[in-house]
Amino acid sequence: MELFDLTISEAQAAIEKGEITPTGLTRAVFKRIEAVEGRIKAYVTLNGEHALMQAKEAEHRREKGDRTMLLGIPVAVKDNMCTEGIRTTCSSKILENFIPPYESTVTGKLKEQGYILTGKTNLDEFAMGSSTENSGFFVTRNPWDVERVPGGSSGGSAAAVAAGECIAALGSDTGGSIRQPAALCGVVGLKPTYGRVSRYGLIAFASSLDQIGPITKNVRDSAILMNVISGHDKYDSTSAPLPVPDFTSVLGQDIKGMKIGIPREYFIEGMDKEIEVCVKNAIKTFESLGAITQEISLPHTGYAVAVYYILATSEASSNLARYDGVKYGYRAKGKDLMDMYMKTRAEGFGAEVKRRIILGTYALSSGYYEAYYKKAQQVRTLIKQDFERAFETVDAIVTPTSPTPAFKAGEKTADPLQMYLSDIFTISVNLAGVPGISIPCGFTSDNLPVGLQIIGRHFDEETILKIAYAYEQDTEWHKRKPVL
Amino acid sequence: MEIEHVAVLSRLELAEDEKRLFSKQINSIIEYIDKLNELDTKNTKPTAHVLSIENVFREDRLSPSLPKDKALQNAQNRTDDFYRVPKIIE
Repeated sequence: MELFDLTISEAQAAIEKGEITPTGLTRAVFKRIEAVEGRIKAYVTLNGEHALMQAKEAEHRREKGDRTMLLGIPVAVKDNMCTEGIRTTCSSKILENFIPPYESTVTGKLKEQGYILTGKTNLDEFAMGSSTENSGFFVTRNPWDVERVPGGSSGGSAAAVAAGECIAALGSDTGGSIRQPAALCGVVGLKPTYGRVSRYGLIAFASSLDQIGPITKNVRDSAILMNVISGHDKYDSTSAPLPVPDFTSVLGQDIKGMKIGIPREYFIEGMDKEIEVCVKNAIKTFESLGAITQEISLPHTGYAVAVYYILATSEASSNLARYDGVKYGYRAKGKDLMDMYMKTRAEGFGAEVKRRIILGTYALSSGYYEAYYKKAQQVRTLIKQDFERAFETVDAIVTPTSPTPAFKAGEKTADPLQMYLSDIFTISVNLAGVPGISIPCGFTSDNLPVGLQIIGRHFDEETILKIAYAYEQDTEWHKRKPVL
Repeated sequence: MEIEHVAVLSRLELAEDEKRLFSKQINSIIEYIDKLNELDTKNTKPTAHVLSIENVFREDRLSPSLPKDKALQNAQNRTDDFYRVPKIIE
């Protein structure tokens, strides 16, 4: 096995036994980046030299007896989380030269635990997209087929994990942006419960939906990163003041007798047949492991995309008002202040970001607020209630993560609505605020990965990790690697 | 949707071809969104936020914050401790 293919727990064990050093591991990962990055283009900014310094530091810390959770582990971070002194662009021209003067809470926690930052990964500009094609800089490619997209918006992080360009990564998920790229790249992606992880220093897209979470090679690593990043933060008043369990402690527990709901609304016409087969086989695996599966209904599923594209764009139109060319970011020349604003934003934002700002501004504008924004908030309540009702009878819900495998670059860029519909299975989870994980559950005949989504109750990531781990132990999908 | 009016509210200068393209695309998205009207929500409360968080208060105590130089380091145009912008008052 190649060093760059190691998981967090494998790398930790190898370091502990003295088989490898953080410096050796970091060099191996950067050698891999050198070999494949030209084809994958996962990173906006690489942190090579600094990473080797961090590796040395990790070694010193080890010598002093330090055994923190990520000591010497190379991790990639989506480029919408602020890293002090390291360029953070959101893959937008408007932030192309932005050097954060402070550290986000999550990367601060990774630092405390001794991680090595490999670099900042590409995303759809401001995390708006499902394919990473909306990046203001370049398109990231899917390691399983470089003609195809890696999904999005955390496409850079998912591709980097799948290609061995890091040991693990962080992404962010507003409507599926961790789970969908994880599914399309054949890796594990977890969106925690809203409020589980601090959003301080995450560049805001839609504040009532955004959550940061891990993208990893297996379920154990997902639990390890959850242990690191979870918890209340005084700098984010929407983070939940709840104790954080040890998420690894449930791994390996029996799932016998657990009730798993299969929502009939998620097996729709137009869904890829091969995905349906993979997911149905996964359901049989759960049954063979002793879980009890039953059909359930989430009746408002069909309205989720419509609700999302009002609420997310409305929140975005407000959040992105801060990009005015004054305090940071790109500034265009203008004949007066208003002209400067208009031109700065016209030249700094890409097409999808403009489209969403306009849609959101329209939905919030005088005369339309009740018809769109308030209506969407009301239907959000109905969607949330669907889940509450379902969780009265089941412990977890299983669905496909995405209706199709990775699609070809350029295939959906002309029609924004078609692109939006690729998030049809992930969006409800953000609207309801519940946690969801995507794990590999098979491959299509074209050798493209298929993802399975497991959804849990608020603040019950333990149950979905337990179920995901039981499935993973019984299958081999997560061990397959793309040939690069 | 009056694209020109909304573009001004959005502080976005749009080219003619962008106006045409965005109008068409956004109108078809709105048409799709109109399916929300199939649902009767007369008695449904809106959800702004999934967790039942009320106002969060803290003690009003002095604590360190960003030094001025760091806060200003990303400004495109500054003089001393100020951001410079185009003239506002004639």
